[in-house]
Amino acid sequence: MAEDTTASGVVLAADGLPLKVSLNRAMRKSRMRAIFLVAPLLIFVLFSFLIPIFDMTMRSVDNWHVGELMPETTAALEHWDGKALPEEPVFAALVKDLKAGAVSREIGKVATRLNYEKSGLRSMITSSSRKSKKIEGGPYKPQVLKMHKKWKELETWTVIKRNTSPYTIGYYLNAVDMKYDNKTGDIVMQPESRQIYGMLFMRTFAISLAITLICVVLAYPISYLLATLPTRYSNLLMIFVLLPFWTSLLVRTTAWIAMLQSQGVLNDLFVFFGFVDDANRLQLIHNLTGTIIAMTHILLPFMVLPLYSVMKTIPPSYMRAALSLGANPVVAFVRVYMPQTLAGIGAGSILVFILSIGYYITPALVGGTDGTLISNQIAYHMQSSLNWGLAGALGALLLFSVLALYLIYNKIVGIDNMRLG
Amino acid sequence: MALPSYAGPLETTWYYTFRFICAVIFIFLITPILIIIPLSFNVEPYFTFTAGMLSFDPDAYSLRWYEDFINNTQWTHSVKNSFIIAIASTILATFLGTLAALGLSKPHMPYRALTMGLLISPMIVPLIISAAGMYFFYSSIGLDQTFLGIILAHTVLGTPFVVITVTATLVGFDNSLSRAAANLGANPTTSFFKITMPLILPGVISGALFAFITSFDEVVVVLFLAGFEQRTIPRQMWSGIREQISPTILAVATILVMISIALLATLEMLRRRNEKLRGMTPG
Repeated sequence: MAEDTTASGVVLAADGLPLKVSLNRAMRKSRMRAIFLVAPLLIFVLFSFLIPIFDMTMRSVDNWHVGELMPETTAALEHWDGKALPEEPVFAALVKDLKAGAVSREIGKVATRLNYEKSGLRSMITSSSRKSKKIEGGPYKPQVLKMHKKWKELETWTVIKRNTSPYTIGYYLNAVDMKYDNKTGDIVMQPESRQIYGMLFMRTFAISLAITLICVVLAYPISYLLATLPTRYSNLLMIFVLLPFWTSLLVRTTAWIAMLQSQGVLNDLFVFFGFVDDANRLQLIHNLTGTIIAMTHILLPFMVLPLYSVMKTIPPSYMRAALSLGANPVVAFVRVYMPQTLAGIGAGSILVFILSIGYYITPALVGGTDGTLISNQIAYHMQSSLNWGLAGALGALLLFSVLALYLIYNKIVGIDNMRLG
Repeated sequence: MALPSYAGPLETTWYYTFRFICAVIFIFLITPILIIIPLSFNVEPYFTFTAGMLSFDPDAYSLRWYEDFINNTQWTHSVKNSFIIAIASTILATFLGTLAALGLSKPHMPYRALTMGLLISPMIVPLIISAAGMYFFYSSIGLDQTFLGIILAHTVLGTPFVVITVTATLVGFDNSLSRAAANLGANPTTSFFKITMPLILPGVISGALFAFITSFDEVVVVLFLAGFEQRTIPRQMWSGIREQISPTILAVATILVMISIALLATLEMLRRRNEKLRGMTPG
């Protein structure tokens, strides 16, 4: 092929095209084939996963309620300066919106939305909407002010005006225990008694950290044993790690309930051996202890497997060399063996930490009230309080922390080296 | 790591202490799983051993919770649902995941790291967030409370495992083999099914097993997306634990442990086969 050169010195391929063009064409074909193979899954993941997640995080800033359901008031409030109660045109627009909302039955959504910002506004909006049907003609201002005493408060109008904008950071403020001061419009901390999410995030991080540390402490000796025993024994012992790994999460959680509850196996054993009195059996479940024990058990294999695969690659001769050069076993272990396992500890720890800060099932079943994590609060706002904006904001904060940790994991281990099973 | 013959008393003590510590940790790992097996044969509706069970009185043991499981239509229904959903989503996930892994392993794949990251993301995002996102999206297109919705959701959650395991197998794949096949006159399809497929099959199967277990064990998405008709085994266990705790759950749990033992054995077999194919001795 390459002998075919023209006068200009360009190398030609067999089909008479310059080699460079031919090569590019082949590369493009190969690239297209690769893209063609990846495309179905990429499109599938994009539509059924990535877009839904993005959509959910957008809910945390979405603030359409007032703007869409009270369009007249929104327009009328645009030039209101916020120094005194608005004038007649605003009230006229308000009555129009309230009447329309009563007919379409959509006004409850505005009421709920405004109530998140200032309690008491739900009943103000719903009752005024009901009463608005009786209002026939102007002047509207005195009639509206009579409908509910909150209409006379400047704060009410500040809140409504602020929420006419289609986007809000209100849910995020709520998720980090802050809020707008409705009098001044400044961002301030929630009163001490209502600061729950900051504490919950702290608790989630603290519990995850504790679980990660316990996992390192428990995984290190058994990984070492597994890595140093002859293969035929270590394969057998590996079953002790792999069987829990492959067993259903719900099964393991059920098992821990059977073990830990006050009439359970562990308490029965303690009573039998006389460690505790039959009357005061230990409360090991439906609290923080239960969450930590069950989650440590569930996540321990995720620490053992990376540690084991790192330790397996460390030649035993290094330790022997250190010992023969006069180091005592402890020094040899700390200065020679342990530094080589740091990568494994790092990989396992981040993996366990990522998995535990997003955990939902086990804390929900064995956590009681003081052993629940941020995920449980997200589920609560999704399913019970139906405050989806707040659920979205809490979810987005959790998602960002997980993604940040994942980037670190990717730096240390690389996704290609992730080991499964 | 046998104890050398020159070991002093200190080393001997440490050797046995270390082994003892390891034994305790192994017991911590395995006990909860083994303990439910005898408990599921309890004749009494308790979650602990009765005096009769400890003295091995045959009357203290019974199969009543297994009978309850078989005769309870809610449970049998959930078993059927679990298998339908898990098998359908495994087939989909394996097909899509294997194709994508083949594409990702081509040398000229553009934006490889980014694509991989996007495809792996369902495994990294906490389940509660995935479930919440899917809940809004699937209900807006009318797929909530349908089998199709849950199957699609589980497919998404299962594909990262297939992509990872198959890509890992393809790393060790010798491309000159398929070039040799092409050279000997095989067209790309023949060379894929005759040469590539048999070699990456262990990776595909273990990916499929991961996808299966992911769907079979998944409950958060099911909690959000499923109606009463689509209840799966984990969903049924969830309400069993929350509402009326009966030892039937232990019977189900025992059956599930048996299934995971079978899965574990299959995977181990595949691993050995894979290593043999690559010319390594099984270790």
